[in-house]
Amino acid sequence: MEIHTDVICPFCGTLCDDIEVHVENGRVMEALNACKLGNAKFMSMNKKNRHIVPMVRGEDGFTETTIEDAVERVARMLVDAKKPLLYGWATTECEAQSVGIELAEEVGGVIDSCASVCHGPSVLAIQDVGFPSVTLGEVKNRADLDIYWGSNPMHAHPRHMSRYSRYPRGYFRERGQQDRTVIVIDVRRTDTAGIADKFLQVSPGDDYELVNAFRTLLNGGDIPDEVAGIAKKDIASALELMKTCQFGMLFFGVGLTMSPGKHRNIDNAISLVVDLNKYTKFNLIPMRGHYNVTGFSEVLTWQSGFPFGVDYTRGYPQYNPGETTSVELLSRGEVDAVFVVGSDPAANFPKKAVEHLAKIPSAVIEPHETPTTYLCDLNIPSAIAGIEVEGTAYRMDNVPIRMRKIMDAPAGLYSDREILEMILLKVREIKNGA
Amino acid sequence: MELEIKNGVVFDPLNKVDGEKKDILIRDGRIVEKLKGKHDVIDASGKLVMPGGVEIHSHFAGGKETAGRMLRPEDGARTVYPKRNGLRSGSGYSMPSSFTAGYLYAQMGYTMCNTPAMPPLFARHTHEELGDVPIVDKSAYPTFDGNWFVMRYLKEGDPDKLAACVAWFLRATKGLVIKIVNPGGTENWGWGKNAVGIDDPVIGFDVTPAQIVKGLAEVNERLKLPHSIHLHPNNLGKPGNIETTVETLELCREVKSANARQTVYLTHAQFHSFGGDSWKNFESKADELAKYINRCDHVVCDTGNVTLDETTTMTSDGPMEYFLHNLTHLKWVNKDVELETAPGITPFIYSRKNPVHSVQWAIGLELALLIDDPFKVLLATDHPNGGPFTRYPRIIAWLMSEPYRRYYMEERVHKGAQKGSSLATLDREYTFSDIAVVTRAGQAKALGLSELKGHLGVGAHGDVAIYDIDPAQVDPSKDFKAVEKGFAKTAYTIKDGEIIVKDGLIRATPQGRTYWANPVVDHELDREMLKDVEQYFKKYYSVNLANYPVQKEYLKRGREIQIDARDVK
Repeated sequence: MEIHTDVICPFCGTLCDDIEVHVENGRVMEALNACKLGNAKFMSMNKKNRHIVPMVRGEDGFTETTIEDAVERVARMLVDAKKPLLYGWATTECEAQSVGIELAEEVGGVIDSCASVCHGPSVLAIQDVGFPSVTLGEVKNRADLDIYWGSNPMHAHPRHMSRYSRYPRGYFRERGQQDRTVIVIDVRRTDTAGIADKFLQVSPGDDYELVNAFRTLLNGGDIPDEVAGIAKKDIASALELMKTCQFGMLFFGVGLTMSPGKHRNIDNAISLVVDLNKYTKFNLIPMRGHYNVTGFSEVLTWQSGFPFGVDYTRGYPQYNPGETTSVELLSRGEVDAVFVVGSDPAANFPKKAVEHLAKIPSAVIEPHETPTTYLCDLNIPSAIAGIEVEGTAYRMDNVPIRMRKIMDAPAGLYSDREILEMILLKVREIKNGA
Repeated sequence: MELEIKNGVVFDPLNKVDGEKKDILIRDGRIVEKLKGKHDVIDASGKLVMPGGVEIHSHFAGGKETAGRMLRPEDGARTVYPKRNGLRSGSGYSMPSSFTAGYLYAQMGYTMCNTPAMPPLFARHTHEELGDVPIVDKSAYPTFDGNWFVMRYLKEGDPDKLAACVAWFLRATKGLVIKIVNPGGTENWGWGKNAVGIDDPVIGFDVTPAQIVKGLAEVNERLKLPHSIHLHPNNLGKPGNIETTVETLELCREVKSANARQTVYLTHAQFHSFGGDSWKNFESKADELAKYINRCDHVVCDTGNVTLDETTTMTSDGPMEYFLHNLTHLKWVNKDVELETAPGITPFIYSRKNPVHSVQWAIGLELALLIDDPFKVLLATDHPNGGPFTRYPRIIAWLMSEPYRRYYMEERVHKGAQKGSSLATLDREYTFSDIAVVTRAGQAKALGLSELKGHLGVGAHGDVAIYDIDPAQVDPSKDFKAVEKGFAKTAYTIKDGEIIVKDGLIRATPQGRTYWANPVVDHELDREMLKDVEQYFKKYYSVNLANYPVQKEYLKRGREIQIDARDVK
């Protein structure tokens, strides 16, 4: 039996790096330290029904094809398209993302990631008002107040609280849990709320009003007796905790970014944190979902200057969310081919966007079967990043970690990066030959 | 591959070549005395030939650099670079994206760039990004200002383990230089506090900024590192900070240099030469710093010129960025890094009409003109903090022309600069040889890399910049516009003997080397020290020790500088 220690879990943005995986005869026997979600991902390696061969849609459904043929088809699709969309990228390593960006530039397409539909609003807000943040180790060593807003780590990031916020002992927090206070703000009493010291149940869609109430009180104003379904005294007492803590943290999830108000909610929440810095040390971290959605923003930003929704149709990077982002491009029918890598837009995008996706030529690189692999004209299965392929991923606090390879991919499967490199080469061949 | 550069007017200060007509020969990437066979010839008659430029302090790649780009799409939209002639596209006025930064530096004749503030935890990011900066050789300086191991060993009085630990961090992060930013202040920023004097206590660690600076300066020499400590003292950008600056430099006076060079490198000196006690009576104290540096041998500084542009400030000095944000109320990014340091970012608009900014503009130039030996005051804008590096040609023109400066003083900047600084009284004009010192030779020497970089003697890297300026025809004092234009784009940039730029256009984009230092200390000591490291990692870091060091895959063309420091035990 092989024992792999210090393995990085390629599931959520918490990017735990202490997993111990036991592998015997190509089967994962155990994934110690992993949470339920991470464990399921490692264990799923043992499933038998994995696609190995690229599939292309013909007159009578999908038929198998070779990787060479699949690569050529994707390359032709991208070259023939006037404005192709290259979407996804959150569940693959940075090295593959980098090739993807080069490919988008080469074919003059639009490249966009899942940030577009999760924490894109956070980025917009950051670009409006900034981003006072810290790494998660700072939280572990210093924080005596953690707020989770619109985020339910018990289910979405199960080890977040045990590794960084609620439970661990830190340098200045020797007693661990006893030294820390947790506030949860959500529309329902989540399981995270169950272990919080204080729970504020905000009425759905009223997050913005609640942030405003905090800021108004903080800056010396007065508020009505009830705001966003919460009594004034509860708002005031939560605010008192924020003002008097030594080191406060606000963790926020899609409950805040994707509820009405979107980036305005975050804009206001960041401003609250900035205001609180007049009283104490306060910072925030977005609870990023996919394990490497952060990495894509980093790579795209240092290469192009912009974090998501970058349009290369004019030969230089252009960024205008709403104009150059996937859902809008698809809904308005402005792209004429879609190439998905490591994502499942068919399951997550609005109906109108998916309808257009189904109409135009499309291809996907994806190790698993998903609604998108069925919807696209062509799917190329790939090796699984972070388990069968090593490479870089960025944690939700932008800390880069190198994911390990713990087992070989089934014969015949290539990594996302290798497939993308083949496509890029083919695209250049076609462009030079034509 | 052989190349002959014929008849150029050569300025090579490290070899005492001052404007002589001379041929430069390159074989297999190195400068040689003789060529063997058929070779390419560049006719450089009537052109200025210098060694490739060396950038000693520029935030062009890394974690906060990318955060700065992400923060400011308006900066990206301001200048775009299309995909063209096989080059990658990019964007950014004050913070050009990675590929573009490499191209722009090469076009100005630079062949080596160093990114000066890498939080160790983000080293992997920095190296990943450096891999996407083409052409130039590079290195990164890991930050040690708030490093818990450093402070712990200082407190325990264990200089040996301290040295071993610094060596370990350089190895783990693939860094070249010990960088110190606002010593102690960045750790106190973990509680929203700062350190404003060199004897202020660091909360929870019972050490002072003075101990950190002196301790690390001594370690630097015991490890015989190529460069000295690279220092950004406390109180950056505060009126009256000259006192702290001089006190801090004074700490390193008695430190014995291991490599016959300075023992402290003061970076962006402009930001540390402020007088007065408020913005109202703010004034230049460049004369005081210049006087100090002229009288001693242990300090080299760079100017940190302000170029009066809209820019994106980014430093590892978190409390300073917050202070700046409170001045301007512009958007603010904070990025405290566990156990290490605390970077911050905020945009800044330097205005010609603002008296303080105008004095800052004057201070950068004053320092260059008041410090006698150009090897002691190098040219840098602390890109992008004082202004983008693309402004270097203009700064060169200012330094070479008193009339150009006078024009700015009288017509362009706020009158406050005349009152608040001595610039109007300075008539010194830099020569081409001085310019060669402050843009390449001085940097190479200060970095301890002058065997390979910053000169055109036999054995040096075949890195050459040829500018379309004829020293026989151009009088820099009068033709300052021609100087500015000439230094903006080279006629040729040659890197390792390969023509990279011709007539200002990029023709090749090879991958540059990444230098890093590996001082090897006594094995037993190393093992003892690692036990402490393991314990701290388990308890306080958020990543496992096994996942912390930068893997070799991240250095596309790494160059290890191994140093025998086994006498450290």
